[in-house]
Amino acid sequence: MTLGPHADFIVAAYAVTVFVIALLVAWVVLDYSAQRRVLGNLEERGVTRRSQRPDGAKGGL
Amino acid sequence: MAVIDLANPTRFLNVVDRVLPWLAGVTALVFAYGLYRVLGAPDDYQQGATVKIMFIHVPAAWLSMMGWGVMTVAALGTLVWRHPLADVAGKAAAPVGAAFTFICLITGSLWGRPTWGTYWVWDARLTSVLVLFLLYLGMLALYWTAEDPGRSSRAAAILALVGAVNIPIIKFSVEWWNTLHQPASILRTGGSAIDPSILWPLLVMALAFTLLFFTLHLAAMRNEILRRRVRTMQMMQAQHLAGAET
Amino acid sequence: MSAFTALLIRDMRLSVRVGGGALMGVLFFLIVVVMMPFAIGPDLNLLARIGPAILWLGALLASLLALDRLFATDYEDGSLDLLMMGRMPLELAVAAKAIAHWLTTGLPLVVIAPVLGLMLNVEMNAMGWVALTLLAGTPALTFIGVIGAALAVTLRRGGLLLAVLVLPLTIPVLIFGVAAANAAIMGPQPFGPPFTILCALSLASFALGPFAAAAALRHGLE
Repeated sequence: MTLGPHADFIVAAYAVTVFVIALLVAWVVLDYSAQRRVLGNLEERGVTRRSQRPDGAKGGL
Repeated sequence: MAVIDLANPTRFLNVVDRVLPWLAGVTALVFAYGLYRVLGAPDDYQQGATVKIMFIHVPAAWLSMMGWGVMTVAALGTLVWRHPLADVAGKAAAPVGAAFTFICLITGSLWGRPTWGTYWVWDARLTSVLVLFLLYLGMLALYWTAEDPGRSSRAAAILALVGAVNIPIIKFSVEWWNTLHQPASILRTGGSAIDPSILWPLLVMALAFTLLFFTLHLAAMRNEILRRRVRTMQMMQAQHLAGAET
Repeated sequence: MSAFTALLIRDMRLSVRVGGGALMGVLFFLIVVVMMPFAIGPDLNLLARIGPAILWLGALLASLLALDRLFATDYEDGSLDLLMMGRMPLELAVAAKAIAHWLTTGLPLVVIAPVLGLMLNVEMNAMGWVALTLLAGTPALTFIGVIGAALAVTLRRGGLLLAVLVLPLTIPVLIFGVAAANAAIMGPQPFGPPFTILCALSLASFALGPFAAAAALRHGLE
């Protein structure tokens, strides 16, 4: 398959698209692991949310 | 301010955890098939191979509008029903929609260089997408400047609705303005019926992009829910520590 | 005296007092117009041709300038809470504040525009047309800006965020304002269509702006 005289532009367009989508995917994946890690740390230290407490004590906020 | 009701988001998180891998897999498959069809698509007799850019440009344009549509629906959910998931949906849609709008602009400009002979023309469609991109950036700026998620989500919902009312007006005025200053030479594509050999790959790619949008959107929603959880827990920890000191 | 006119007069008094923003907009408008020839060059023919556009852009930016204080001062001294709890619908209160803001910052821009047009070599009768389009269009700028002002005060961030949010929404006003002015001065397009659309934009934003701004205040400040 030949891309004709304007091959650069076609390749560039696809490259930019792939790059932006890769950035989005990376943002989503890295953000997920970061939030999970912080959440794990907090839970390890015994911080719980109100909905997780059996007695439903007032946790503030 | 009401605490975010975590019961519903928890159930939502469970669903997302189960659905997301499948959705991502289907997206990848449809993309693979779409790209295969794109490779097999014939060149346009006028534009040659540059028509290949259309297969990413047009779906991105479609998603740029759908992104604001998702934000508008989420805004109604936030303001009318005060649903906590609606906040999250609206916030997660903003960066994804902005990214697809950006893709639409860049590919449009790269398509314009060989077709129109310049990277940018103040063509009605490109210009209204540019304004839409500016609106997205305004929305992102709003989220960046606000610290309290509850407050910023209401403000963002109002902005999304105002934008939804304004986008058709902006589109109309930009088209009007464009016909007033008719550019010298623009190769008008479309108008005639699109050949099925081009139309089918385009539809498959549009489906693949839409699936990608929802995959990213769901994943971003999950992250946002977790982020709010972390925030709540950190605030409670801080409160606990403050209580222990006094 | 009804609550509406009382609020209107109060806001107008506040904005012309020391520390009010009324004259700042005019001053900013003057400075923007004076800066333009330094950027473009003193070519009078060119300036005459793009003069209406410069005047419109200057007025657009100047009308945004004082907007971020529209609710912020009332929020700081607590009178915004009184307005929200008062018997008058918040939409009406927002409309009163917006009208007062337009009378003290929008209208002076319209009045001074012909004087600034002199420096840009815009002809006498052409300046009349520019002033007329500004008169029809600046209310739209104010009433769109009110929404941004309400959002900015609920987020406790004014200034730049307001401009970023509001400016894209004012593009239609700018397009039809400049188009109407140019159509009246140079032709060949008829003056009527863009001018009536400009008026329609003003009326529509007058009808919708206070509701959106009031909703933003209600949802944001509870």
